[in-house]
Amino acid sequence: MGLKTFKGGVHPYEGKELAKDQPIVEVLPKGDLVYPLSQHIGAPASPIVAVGDHVLKGQKIAEAGGFVSSPIYASVSGTVKAIEPRRVAVGDMVNSIVIENDGAFEEVAYTACEDVTALTNEEIINKVKEAGVVGMGGAGFPTHVKLSPKEPEKIEYIIANCAECEPYLTADYRRMLENPEELIAGMKIILKLFGNAKGIFGIENNKPDCIEKLQELVKDEPRLEVCPLQTKYPQGGERQLIYAVTGRAINSKMLPADAGCIVDNVETIISVYNAVKLGKPVMHRVSTITGDAVEKPGNFLYSIGTNYAELVEAAGGFKEQPEKIISGGPMMGFSMFSLDIPTTKTSSSLLCLTKDEVAATEPSACINCGRCVEACPEQLIPSRLAKFSDKGLSEEFEKWSGLECVECGSCSFACPAKRQLAQSIKTMKKQVLAAKRAKK
Amino acid sequence: MSDLYHVSSSPHVRSKDTTGRIMLYVVIALLPTSLFGIYNFGYRALILILVTIASCVASEWVYNKIVHKKQTISDMSAVVTGLLLALNLPPTLPWWEAVLGGVFAIIVVKCLFGGLGQNFMNPALGARCFLLIAFAADMTKFTDDMSQYLADGYTSATPLAVLRSGGAVNTMDMLIGRTGGTIGETSAIAILIGAIFLILMGVIDLRIPASYIVSFVVFMLLFSGHGFDGNYITAQLCGGGLMLGAFFMATDYVTSPITPRGQIIFGICCGILTGLFRCFGANAEGVSFAIILSNLLVPIIEKYTVPTAFGVVKEKKAKGEGK
Repeated sequence: MGLKTFKGGVHPYEGKELAKDQPIVEVLPKGDLVYPLSQHIGAPASPIVAVGDHVLKGQKIAEAGGFVSSPIYASVSGTVKAIEPRRVAVGDMVNSIVIENDGAFEEVAYTACEDVTALTNEEIINKVKEAGVVGMGGAGFPTHVKLSPKEPEKIEYIIANCAECEPYLTADYRRMLENPEELIAGMKIILKLFGNAKGIFGIENNKPDCIEKLQELVKDEPRLEVCPLQTKYPQGGERQLIYAVTGRAINSKMLPADAGCIVDNVETIISVYNAVKLGKPVMHRVSTITGDAVEKPGNFLYSIGTNYAELVEAAGGFKEQPEKIISGGPMMGFSMFSLDIPTTKTSSSLLCLTKDEVAATEPSACINCGRCVEACPEQLIPSRLAKFSDKGLSEEFEKWSGLECVECGSCSFACPAKRQLAQSIKTMKKQVLAAKRAKK
Repeated sequence: MSDLYHVSSSPHVRSKDTTGRIMLYVVIALLPTSLFGIYNFGYRALILILVTIASCVASEWVYNKIVHKKQTISDMSAVVTGLLLALNLPPTLPWWEAVLGGVFAIIVVKCLFGGLGQNFMNPALGARCFLLIAFAADMTKFTDDMSQYLADGYTSATPLAVLRSGGAVNTMDMLIGRTGGTIGETSAIAILIGAIFLILMGVIDLRIPASYIVSFVVFMLLFSGHGFDGNYITAQLCGGGLMLGAFFMATDYVTSPITPRGQIIFGICCGILTGLFRCFGANAEGVSFAIILSNLLVPIIEKYTVPTAFGVVKEKKAKGEGK
């Protein structure tokens, strides 16, 4: 084989054939758009519009609430209807700006950049920051923070996370096939910041057409490279990807920059391109609407803030009533009890399943089989950590490196006794981290 | 509320593997050696196998009934225990002693310690040792009326006993299994066929069996007094419960370490103890006691073999360099 990868991992049913061959379709929003003020890691954004204000598409409606934060832009023109708590995908109520869409899509004027190479590093980072670019794979970490490491000259690899290892998701796949030039241009902009770095596109080998296409496009670029990776979940996990591409291992206390790496996903890099080259803030993204409950699964380019229900409608509605709907992939996504939830910068997918596999199985006794150990990409002993967690043994939990868990869910997936391993571990991890913060 | 969708914490998908399926694979893997045992020893072997399995499953059912626990017999683990126990019994054992063994394995060794996953000792081996002590004569009776169940010309004493008393054995017969012994331990080839199936199905890996066998061979080379006698070593490997023990008993999930390094240490413990018992013990055989003793060491082995998490740098290594 010889393909690069990491140790551990699992092979869930891929389900990508559902939406893989559907070209990206643009969807225009009809109803109200909702912009949660916290759709990134860090301080919530603070609104700079008031109820009743008329806003244009591309107008900033909320300002970054600190350095680790990100501004939010209107993705339609219309009137600010309310600023109130709304339910978001993860289940919390988050203060949100609600805009009544006037259907005119009046836009502000964007100032495109003629010559990106003439920009200084500060100007580039500032454009990224101002455009509200965050990690759009799901984490939502503000990209300008990632692009401002302490020692930029020590960055050797900019890794484009093109693994898309979550089953069912095909949005990045379509982006790579349909917008590879923008992806490469975005990568070049980031490379401009880091003179000693190489740009590497890490792609799982279940997307041979993307590998071929990007290889063709970068063949005359000395600083760009395509790195085919073995198809395995969680190949797109930050630590796993860095290890697969560079052979460097980082732990929970380190940043990718400590290993000389910066990792950004496909959608994020395209947003960097939009921000720096076109001067456009983050207003759109591509998501996969898929699952066996959806009539016509596909990939859609839409205005961020659009209600999930509208996207399901765009995908032909439900052909069968789903039992579970998930924002994100089946391994790390968030299940939602209602479709009436706004999309955000981090909404990579909506997965609608007619059968909830979790409810269909009942956990039984652990037989110590070690499948979770084989599956864990962090080389932990999940069954033991889950036991410590269930018994509240936080000291033991830390001693067995429980805090290194990346919450990928491989252990729960692999468990033949159907135990909720990752779920228990996540709970304990939160408690331990909260206790640590309280101590400080 | 019924119009709300299901909500749970991720991940939302599960593999097809189940406990019942793993146990079924083990039963399938034990079929070659079971069938060979029946062929070798006749209908009494079949009866013992059936009686022991029935005793184990019934014990678990009754125990769960009495203590008001959820029925767990569908996970097939009692079937595996019963079958393994039967394969470890001499074919001449009175059936009621086998029933008693099944009850002991399930009730005393497994259920009283909390049921599946909680026992610290392999139930089948625990029961075998119980029977060895309680019915020593019946459990070691591989001679006398044994011969009537053997086809012509097969030795009736176990090859290990012959070896111990300085006699010669036919290693070819031992590989195939045309020898005396317990029902399921005689045919190395039948056991290996099952073991290969388990390895291919991903049920077991080679860590425990390989470290067990290798350390045993090394021990025998050094301490048996026979030196590099290929014939002797082969006979020791194929004789007694070593093959069955290494591939089917020592690899029992519940009673072996979960840490990868721990599994290798566990295998080495089994190998050395088996060698120790076979060379210097009172019996010709030592696999059962070696594995149970090693079972008792599991907690301490695990404690010292907690793996270093990915990316956690040990002091010696340079920071940030995984390789």
